[in-house]
Amino acid sequence: MAGFCHARTRLAIARLAFRGTAAVCTGSVSPDELAPRLRDFLAVASGQGGVVVEHLRRVPGGASRETWSFDARFADGSERALILRRDPGPTNVGTDRALEFRVLRAARTAGVPVPEVLWLGDDPVVLDGCFFVMERVEGEALARRLLREPRYAEARRVMPAQLGAVLARIHAVPVTAPLDDLPGRHDREHPATAELARYERLYRALAPEPHPVIEYGFRWLARRLPPSRRRVLVHGDYRIGNVMFGPEGVRVVLDWEQAHVGDPMEDLGWMCVRAWRFGSPLPVGGIGERADFFRAYEEASGTPVDPDVVRFWEALGNLKWAVICIAQARAYLDGGVRSVELASIGRRTAEAEHDLLELVD
Amino acid sequence: MQDRPDASELLEAVRAFLDEQVVPALEGTTQFHARVAANVLAIVAREIVHGERSLRAEWGRLVALLEKPASEAPASEEALRTAVRELNAELVERMRAGATDQGPWDAAVLAHLRATAAERLAIANPKYAEQRRVE
Repeated sequence: MAGFCHARTRLAIARLAFRGTAAVCTGSVSPDELAPRLRDFLAVASGQGGVVVEHLRRVPGGASRETWSFDARFADGSERALILRRDPGPTNVGTDRALEFRVLRAARTAGVPVPEVLWLGDDPVVLDGCFFVMERVEGEALARRLLREPRYAEARRVMPAQLGAVLARIHAVPVTAPLDDLPGRHDREHPATAELARYERLYRALAPEPHPVIEYGFRWLARRLPPSRRRVLVHGDYRIGNVMFGPEGVRVVLDWEQAHVGDPMEDLGWMCVRAWRFGSPLPVGGIGERADFFRAYEEASGTPVDPDVVRFWEALGNLKWAVICIAQARAYLDGGVRSVELASIGRRTAEAEHDLLELVD
Repeated sequence: MQDRPDASELLEAVRAFLDEQVVPALEGTTQFHARVAANVLAIVAREIVHGERSLRAEWGRLVALLEKPASEAPASEEALRTAVRELNAELVERMRAGATDQGPWDAAVLAHLRATAAERLAIANPKYAEQRRVE
């Protein structure tokens, strides 16, 4: 529960900054409206009839999709702590949640620590949008707690290696038929070319001012594409803040909506981006050294890690983060989301550009 | 002429109020947003002090880099901002034509981008550049 309570500080990345195609839309419902409809859905989905839904509340964060926490009591007396993930509004692209559901299911089957997904509601009429219900895992996701609180000292020690080993499992998830519509699944070009093109389109569509550093970054990276030998399931947003942990270490990996098929080194580079160090000098999520993270990944995957290739993806990650900052500010400037946090992120573009230039020879 | 406190002093008064009284009295998301709001005021305060100077420095470098005929910098800050925007658009056009893909101009552009990034960060988040990367 605590982790989801603190999901608020995970950046409320506007959908327009990402893979989804719909604009930010509003379709929020109140708990009183949602509860009976959710109860009716669960009664049918669980096959148990009389289900009681309690403690339903919206988890803060997420401008484009909603997360709700609740407890369900079933007719057989069993109780479950659950999470509802919902695309608000029938105008939204309906397949996003369905795909996330299938990715989570495939990941769990392959032994990746993720919450168990239970029921998919792909009829948008039921709850005004596509949604799914999954297990609620107790824990913490807030980066600042991990970095600072004494109770997470052991977690800080073990997590860099755990993160490497878990990532190796993610990259070993078979990309089979249920994941056939993952972005990048049928691409023939270099995975970095696809990522650069996607973010360049976004940048050209959204940036209100010319950004010479970002232009420089696109050209510099496009001329230095590293060897890309494997195409795997890439989490796409693998970083501190999207991993739920306890005092003992990693519990589950969250936030799979950026999952796609691409180069495994993309996830390693993204984890090293300075924005996810939260002020700590340690390069891996503010808690560890690259060598420990890479070694654990190599041992678990059997794939050698070339630090120069990860560095390329880290630079690309900084470029992406710069564009996301611009997109976040744009979501505010266009009047879609009234949030001082979104507005202020516009000025974090300067941090991302500074970091990008540090990675450019 | 307005009375004291001037704009910077007023901003500082509100920032201190947010940081010292509002933030401790709140919790959860609202507390986090109050902290963000205080930080936003600190950015604006730094921009009032350094904004025009760093814009003039950027203008000077861009004019040299793009080999513009000698001229005075625009007097008003608004005109200066427009001029810098136009110069940046021109720089970007030259980059897209491949002018920075190699050669000495690339090094000059990179030096300019680094200087500009440092100036932008000095207003947006001065502590960020100071934090050493231990690697």
